[in-house]
Amino acid sequence: MSTLSDVFAAAKAESRAALIGYLPAGFPTIEGSKDHLRSMVESGCDLVEVGLPFSDPVMDGPTIQAAAEQALSAGFRVRDLFDVVAAVSDAGGRAVVMTYWNPVLRYGVDAFARDLAAAGGLGIITPDLVPDEAEDWMAASEAHGLDRTFLVAPSSTEERIAMTARASSGFLYATAVMGVTGARDVVSSAAPALVARVREHTTLPIGVGLGVRSGAQAAEIAGFADGVIVGSAFVSAAGESDAAVRALAADLAKGVRSAPATV
Amino acid sequence: MGQFTPTPHDPDARGHFGPWGGRFVPEALIAAVDELATEYDKARLDPEFVNEFKRLLRDFAGRPSLLTEAPKFAEHAGTRVWLKREDLNHTGSHKINNVLGQALLTKRMGKQRVIAETGAGQHGVATATACALLGLDCVVYMGEVDTERQALNVARMRLLGAEVIPVKSGSRTLKDAINDALRDWVANVDETHYLLGTAAGPHPFPLMVRDFHRVIGIEAREQILEKAGRLPDAVVACVGGGSNAIGIFHGFIDDADVRLVGVEPGGSGLDSGSHGATLTAGTPGSLHGAMSYVMQDDDGQITEAHSISAGLDYPGVGPEHSHLKDIGRAEYFPVTDAEAMEAFALLSRTEGIIPAIESSHALAGALKLGPSLGPDGLLVVNLSGRGDKDMDTAVKYFGLADGGQA
Ligand SMILES: Cc1ncc(COP(=O)(O)O)c(C=O)c1O
Repeated sequence: MSTLSDVFAAAKAESRAALIGYLPAGFPTIEGSKDHLRSMVESGCDLVEVGLPFSDPVMDGPTIQAAAEQALSAGFRVRDLFDVVAAVSDAGGRAVVMTYWNPVLRYGVDAFARDLAAAGGLGIITPDLVPDEAEDWMAASEAHGLDRTFLVAPSSTEERIAMTARASSGFLYATAVMGVTGARDVVSSAAPALVARVREHTTLPIGVGLGVRSGAQAAEIAGFADGVIVGSAFVSAAGESDAAVRALAADLAKGVRSAPATV
Repeated sequence: MGQFTPTPHDPDARGHFGPWGGRFVPEALIAAVDELATEYDKARLDPEFVNEFKRLLRDFAGRPSLLTEAPKFAEHAGTRVWLKREDLNHTGSHKINNVLGQALLTKRMGKQRVIAETGAGQHGVATATACALLGLDCVVYMGEVDTERQALNVARMRLLGAEVIPVKSGSRTLKDAINDALRDWVANVDETHYLLGTAAGPHPFPLMVRDFHRVIGIEAREQILEKAGRLPDAVVACVGGGSNAIGIFHGFIDDADVRLVGVEPGGSGLDSGSHGATLTAGTPGSLHGAMSYVMQDDDGQITEAHSISAGLDYPGVGPEHSHLKDIGRAEYFPVTDAEAMEAFALLSRTEGIIPAIESSHALAGALKLGPSLGPDGLLVVNLSGRGDKDMDTAVKYFGLADGGQA
């Protein structure tokens, strides 16, 4: 059992979904991102996704694009990512990294996995790497004991869901809507159907993300998924204040506790 | 050899040219690129599709395009020069070849909405044109910098009924237009085809776009044999994403004695760091869906390209070019903005043909290459487009409005 599986098992033992919060490293500053991520952990995130700011984030909407741009123009470097991850682990939090694939390629897939593991990171979520192209990452993640979270989408075929689930470990990421990141008012109707399809193929925990911003939405998703993933809303809160980050995490944590967990 | 005949140079089933290419895209787009690959595989073997494509190339785009000798320009190159006149195609560049093919495929897939990116605006104009012809809805993403330097093409697209969306993120050029087009595609993929304008992106785009442009090389090879009685020593083309180059290269790729020469945008010079010479100065990486050479920093952040030519101002390149470079079948070198503008003026003055600034890079490449071939040498240059769209840039560069002379 991986440590990441433990995170989901612990939430399930409390009959609830896990809360997963996302923030780009280096936003609003390197030290600021450490503070916010620790606050997210303290206020109820079972797991944090530390984003690696990238110059060309094609899966992201305006909020995360702007945060990445701010981090990069302030001089963020890939090596700072490991520092931020270590700050979370040192504070007793659990962190995975979410990153576009090119910076990992450039750093060296094995070296990246090695340095992430050394910082206490548990795995990588790879929004633009499908298992078909992931040979090097499969090897590196095995070598350094990291989990692999690939994504499935409403447009994925049964064959691809099965294949993607087999290639994943820790948890699987279901994108609730077809589209880029960004907070939305309503939970997509495609999400429950997608999760049901995925469960036909795997017993891995399933996290659902893209668009969640309120405790009520978190509760709704917690009704059918194992993890509720919140990104842009945390980025917006981090743009305001640490108190806003804490308040959002607390609201969402209440949300995931107000719906009974599935299965 | 037909335009759609599979070649020994095709990628594997997953779109890999050696270590290059493939699919580095979100899972959400895999179904769409799979559907496209399946549809293209059927269409390329379907006589009805092939005939309709050929009919449009002939009766709408005006193919075959001419092969014109350029003897007075050639005096400056020190060798004989022939021009493949893609500038004479309807809409003014090679882009129409690929666009007509993909627009027909869009119809076959039963999709009604087309999105596209454009740099120089030539691909956007061609796409808007095909959409008007075939009754498709058209949205074109264009970097804000490019909407300014290619304002005439923005007007053309709007006149043709397309919606042009200026992209304000990043470097506000071609790379960012592709980012926004991809974001649109993910959100609207069911009813939308992304009509990518160059031989880059995830499989099957590099293969499919190349095939739609193979007509350039097939015609050029026949024409030069007929007119000059022999194959050229080299075929020269400019390389942005690489579509006009790969299209003409393929006509000669099995002729081992014909050098395939790609000319990259050298901007203010490679030492200045302000250029777009991806194959010459880039490193391996994944951008916009494929492994290829890219311009990036030590952290894998994509760096901004710079070129006086909007159509070449791109930090990536199609994966087949990376492969051809690695195996040594093609060679690539840069020319600067200044060298390209000099060639632009020279062809205009000596031959009465105003080339696109993109194509002027190929002409500048020919001027560099020519002396080593000598008077008996023979070059075919792909004149990928005409320069009408570049008049604003030329007016400023040469001071033409103040009585200046190029
Ligand atoms: C006339 C012309 N030539 C060349 C290019 C570069 O594209 P590619 O390298 O795909 O041929 C463009 C792109 O806009 C163009 O308009």
